[in-house]
Amino acid sequence: MDIFLNYLWAFIVGGLLCVIAQVLIDKTKLTPARILVLYVCAGVLLTGIGVYEYIVSFAGAGATVPLTGFGYTIAKGVREAVNKDGLLGALTGGLGQTAGGIAGALCFGFLVSLVFSSKPKK
Amino acid sequence: MEQGIIKLKREPKIISSYSVVGNKEHSGPLGELFDEYCQDDKFGKDSWEKSESEMQRRALCGAIKKSGLIDTELDVLLAGDLLNQCVGSNYSITNFDIPYLGLYGACSTCAEGLAIGACLYSGGIINSCGVMTSSHYCSSERQFRFPLEYGGQRTPTAQWTATGAGAFILGDEGRIKISEALFGKAIDKGISDVNNMGAAMAPAAIDTIKRYFLQSNHSPEDFDLIITGDLGYEGSEILKDLLLGYGVDIRKNHTDCGLMLFDRERQDVHAGASGCGCSAVVMSADIIPNLEKGVLKDVLFIGTGALMSPMSLYQGGTIPAVAHLVRLRSE
Amino acid sequence: MNEKEYSEYVQGRAKKSPILKNCAFAFLFGGLICTIGQALNDLYTYFGFEKEISGTLVSITLIFIACLLTGIGVFDNIAKIAGAGTLVPITGFANAVASQAVDTKSEGYIMGVGAKIFTIAGPVILYATLSGAIYGVIYYIITLIGG
Repeated sequence: MDIFLNYLWAFIVGGLLCVIAQVLIDKTKLTPARILVLYVCAGVLLTGIGVYEYIVSFAGAGATVPLTGFGYTIAKGVREAVNKDGLLGALTGGLGQTAGGIAGALCFGFLVSLVFSSKPKK
Repeated sequence: MEQGIIKLKREPKIISSYSVVGNKEHSGPLGELFDEYCQDDKFGKDSWEKSESEMQRRALCGAIKKSGLIDTELDVLLAGDLLNQCVGSNYSITNFDIPYLGLYGACSTCAEGLAIGACLYSGGIINSCGVMTSSHYCSSERQFRFPLEYGGQRTPTAQWTATGAGAFILGDEGRIKISEALFGKAIDKGISDVNNMGAAMAPAAIDTIKRYFLQSNHSPEDFDLIITGDLGYEGSEILKDLLLGYGVDIRKNHTDCGLMLFDRERQDVHAGASGCGCSAVVMSADIIPNLEKGVLKDVLFIGTGALMSPMSLYQGGTIPAVAHLVRLRSE
Repeated sequence: MNEKEYSEYVQGRAKKSPILKNCAFAFLFGGLICTIGQALNDLYTYFGFEKEISGTLVSITLIFIACLLTGIGVFDNIAKIAGAGTLVPITGFANAVASQAVDTKSEGYIMGVGAKIFTIAGPVILYATLSGAIYGVIYYIITLIGG
């Protein structure tokens, strides 16, 4: 039963984060690129004030997979690094934690460009 | 009259025209009418910009062949497209032995070229010329919007850039003549939404059409067709609605190239087609043959162009637009 | 009609995006992607990976799938329906990177793919890093005062 609840919360929280972005796209002049930037910054902010960790605790991937989770990972990494290395951690902590994701996107993106070409749209 | 309608004393004839389109255009309502199409939109080239150039090359080859002339008999070629530095045209015309003038009028390029060519002919400066323009969905999307494989949603007012090239040969022979031209002014009504180009272009079309009927003794009913290209659904509705406010009612005989090229519902193109190539191929494949057959006798063609630059929009700018008018008559 | 009146007139008559339908699809697709993420996370944990490592592996797996779907030309067809449902999860970030890479290879692998791969994803990385650094400085000051 617990595992079912985990999945349900992941679905609901992840879905809701997307709905908020959809409303912003359709109702305001915010472009998708601006919304993504807004989302990572919001993730850092919410983690900073301690809210996001609470959401992650029950929503799991529903909170970490959306781009706000990218901001959460950055803020968490920065905090740990500051605890360990002092002020230098503000620069070393963020990208260190997200390196896997960024490097993954770059490498897979590059590999995909080796194999595929863009296609005309129907 | 200053800034007035140019009544051409020596009227050039449209000797021939030729249209080349992509696959989506070929599966649209006018599909069978186009002279040539390409299944994969690549035209045998390895980049979309080169594909667009190749499309133009084929269009001009076809038009010259149909006209019975050879390229060295043309006094000048007026060509342009949407791409930076007009590379679509610059690289296609190197295949021909014709003096070249590059044009940029966005989607109005077809009308702009016809109007300039007609004026040069009327003034006795040239005896023949070529007019050509193109747009390619894939090259435009890359330059003006997002990469082709980027996942995004379009709004209901967005238009779909046509893949197509049209070429026209003007000279002494033929049944269709260009009898009047009116150059448009650049009009900016403060629209900055790239997903509503129709609204950005409509004010330019309104200005040009209003000036035409104010200065001529004609009323809209005198024409078989008043065709704009390419306002799409949104822009066409705005045009008809606002012109009515100025006492010009074009609702009965107006149509728009952007509404003719695709089946808006079936082909999921939202407000319709756009791009230089749209009006060029619709004119070449549908309107001009109908003028030749005499089904249409007197047509006003108003090419409308949104002079949009992504850089200016990032700087907080808006989208100016321009609309050029030519009157086509068949004898 | 001045500019302001015209823009109000245009906005008043323009057909609006079907927001309810869009939101429903965004919810379904976004929720589904996150649920898949949760399932992958449980799977990796089951195989004995640490919590942190599992999280990173989930991101990398979803990014790989999104890049592949972008390459074979399917991602944009899904996104047309899903809207923010595919944009907001890490898949949207991956698609932004991969679509640029595929699209710009005609300009070569240095000035094309290499230079343009960050066009859409760059702002995200920049502002994520920047806001993280600002948070780090603030957090550092708080620890100084507090401890």
